Amino acid sequence: MSTTVQLPRWIDVGALPLLNLLLALAVSGLVVLAIGENPVEVVEILLYGAFGYEEAWGYTLYYTTNFVFTGLAFAVAFHCGLFNIGAEGQAYVGGLGVTLAALYLDFLPFPIMLVIGMLAAMVFGAAWAYIPAYLQARRGSHVVITTIMFNFIASSLMVYLLVNVLRPDGSMTPESEQIAENLRLPFIHDMAAALGIEMASSPLNLSFVYAIVASVMVWLFIWHTRWGYAIRTVGSNAVAATYAGLEPGRYIIIAMMISGALASFMALNEVMGVQHRLLIDFTAGYGFVGIAVALMGRNHPFGIFLAALLFGMLYQGGAELSFEIPTISNDMVVVIQGLVILFTGAMEHMFRPRVTKIYTAWRLRRDAQEAA
Amino acid sequence: MHQMHGTGETGAVQPAIELRGIDKRFGAVHANKEIDLKVDKGTIHGIVGENGAGKSTLMSILYGFYQADAGTIHVDGKLCEIKGSEDAISAGIGMVHQHFMLVETFSVLENVILGVEGGAVLRDGVDRAREELRRLEREYSLDIDPDAIVGDLSVGLQQRVEILKALFRGAEILILDEPTGVLTPQEADHLFRILETLKEQGKTVVLITHKLREIMAATDNVSVMRQGAMVAHRKTAETSPEELSELMVGRKVLLRLEKGDANPAATVLNVENLCVDNAQGVRKVKNATFNVRAGEIVGIAGVSGNGQSELLEVLGGIRSATEGSVELNGQDITPGKGIDAAELRRRGVAHVPEDRHRMAMVTAFSAKEAAILGYQDDPAYQKSVFLDWPAISKATANMMAEFDVRPDNPDLKAANFSGGNQQKLVLAREIMRDPELLLVGQPTRGVDIGAIEFIHKRIVAMRDAGKAVLLVSVELDEIMSLADRILVMCDGAIIGEVAASEANERVLGLMMAGVDPNEAKAVEGQA
Repeated sequence: MSTTVQLPRWIDVGALPLLNLLLALAVSGLVVLAIGENPVEVVEILLYGAFGYEEAWGYTLYYTTNFVFTGLAFAVAFHCGLFNIGAEGQAYVGGLGVTLAALYLDFLPFPIMLVIGMLAAMVFGAAWAYIPAYLQARRGSHVVITTIMFNFIASSLMVYLLVNVLRPDGSMTPESEQIAENLRLPFIHDMAAALGIEMASSPLNLSFVYAIVASVMVWLFIWHTRWGYAIRTVGSNAVAATYAGLEPGRYIIIAMMISGALASFMALNEVMGVQHRLLIDFTAGYGFVGIAVALMGRNHPFGIFLAALLFGMLYQGGAELSFEIPTISNDMVVVIQGLVILFTGAMEHMFRPRVTKIYTAWRLRRDAQEAA
Repeated sequence: MHQMHGTGETGAVQPAIELRGIDKRFGAVHANKEIDLKVDKGTIHGIVGENGAGKSTLMSILYGFYQADAGTIHVDGKLCEIKGSEDAISAGIGMVHQHFMLVETFSVLENVILGVEGGAVLRDGVDRAREELRRLEREYSLDIDPDAIVGDLSVGLQQRVEILKALFRGAEILILDEPTGVLTPQEADHLFRILETLKEQGKTVVLITHKLREIMAATDNVSVMRQGAMVAHRKTAETSPEELSELMVGRKVLLRLEKGDANPAATVLNVENLCVDNAQGVRKVKNATFNVRAGEIVGIAGVSGNGQSELLEVLGGIRSATEGSVELNGQDITPGKGIDAAELRRRGVAHVPEDRHRMAMVTAFSAKEAAILGYQDDPAYQKSVFLDWPAISKATANMMAEFDVRPDNPDLKAANFSGGNQQKLVLAREIMRDPELLLVGQPTRGVDIGAIEFIHKRIVAMRDAGKAVLLVSVELDEIMSLADRILVMCDGAIIGEVAASEANERVLGLMMAGVDPNEAKAVEGQA
């Protein structure tokens, strides 16, 4: 017997996150005040920096692309009851896959390379996720522990490879050779130019389209296929899954590998799309922020897309901010981002009981009036 | 600590508890409608009603878990404001919950003083408590070793620890919520003797149950609830189970299921020397050998936790058999390598598990998602690589219509259905597949009387359609009214078989406690 009414979806996925976001911004405003700047001005610059001009849009969406991929990666594993915090490492190793394909298969024509590059990233990312998945499914080693360890292993492995194997002779920087020009993902502004539309140049590239497609495919997969059904069953009630003839271990491995493959798409954006070579630490924490993105987006692709856009905005607007107001250093921007993560991700349930109570009271009064 | 009141009060004494106009709503649900209740001091008072009739809510209000929207509570004639369980305890009310609130790794003594340790240093409190416990045990002949570890005790003894806890806190009024659900008939009898002793010592007992037999056997007065309202108060001596069940349901109910004789045909399920070990390597099923024929219901009786659950899970393909073999229509289907729940379903084994929430459904899913659990690969539910939700919705609506599931909304979350309707949905899912063999565990646990009647009829209909049915239940009444043959399990072994026509509670009860069947029948013969 419940004392409450179920919240309608618009409150659940709309109003509540917004409330949390506003609170995060309010607290950020206090911090800004404390260092003697005007919060209103800061918000203005932040918004202007993110959306105020064409180039800003391009940057915002470029960051958004990364967050969509890492957010989706987290969500797919989460639907299977797994807390995959290894997107960082999986994307990193995925990057190795793209780079190797681009460097050693550069004789292939561009359209084939598009597919090969994507497959290479997916295979490497999924393989990196497979080991923790296997350990979880068959040996009971907790995936949170193993994936975070695999982030460190990936990091060390990549440093070794970049310094000792992939670094071109004579270069002093730990990064791979540039990938051939015809193997790079086209920039959106170049694609637009080919159609005769002029756009400001930005790092936004074809992988943004991948992000939209991936969101739709994840949605279809999770809610409209029997494999997605199986993954959700395992995630919600492993005993019921066994009863239904779904072996939980099998779906744990499948979900983790899909998760790793999705994380590796981030490498497509960075390596094939923007940097055109494998850089050290190119994942730059996107894998971790993806967790917050997924939680804020309620593990639903649409929510994840909106949350990713929010974080893209914070990244791009934040860069503008530290540029425009010298007293607001990059660390300050990190503080604001941290507060957003804290309030929207970690403290997601702070307002929920109160909002539920208020909504219940309102509904009851309305029902009573309707009855009268 | 309360002292014993002087006994020998006479005539029209104050009622121990009086509830006046208790009213409580949960959202749109009106759980308690202006309830009036008087419980006389020194009596055992039964409260009966179907699931969802509001008994638990009423007792939760009395024990301070909920606050009533209106109405007053009077204890010993004094107005009492009960805001939390501490208030209830200090008013002398103790509660024994359906699910025990015990720390299994602690000793009896440690459990009893939990929360009333009396100071930072345990020693003094423990010594005082030991003394007090000894006195309570003697007084009520509870027969418990204070230093035993609770996890090692049988369920019946754990329940006595709960009673002891309440008495130790000075309870004058003891509320027991469905206390016999986990007990053998003999253990239940022992419990009622304890309650009788408590009554003789002047304590007041409120017994909440849905088992009319217990009401008739143990109580002085009985109050009946239906749909949130108190519909009748009776002296137990002046009423009958028929009258009470009619009051509970609001219409006449067949207590005894009417069914024809079984016409068993060929053997469908044949189990030979089946042994099952759990993950810790403990043998839970020991050399089970039996068969189930087409057109009969075989019941497995036993006290909860004697291997029936494991037996059912093995036959359903959820566990692997350690030794022995299982055959379905002459084909080997021993669960283990290559034979899992999915494979068994393909071969015509349907399984309604004992625990709805843990196993039979995912409560976070919608009804239509719950309705395909286990059959998610069925081509009828697929459209190319996607699930065909419109078809699934239609199939679910069909199940809901056939099994009278209410509300008949395939999109409603499974958790929002009542227990009876959840169970009907699970039964519909399994029975409408027209299986060769139906495995059913606790088909009516947490299900109201109206739905029980319906579910029992459907199970008998399966039998009459020439299917084999294996029924596991801890409710003896259910086993005796449904099964054609009864197997009794104790400590993992099937210790005997009784034809339903020859079964009675005493024989089955003795066998459930591990007494050899021949001996049990002999004991019964003397009685």
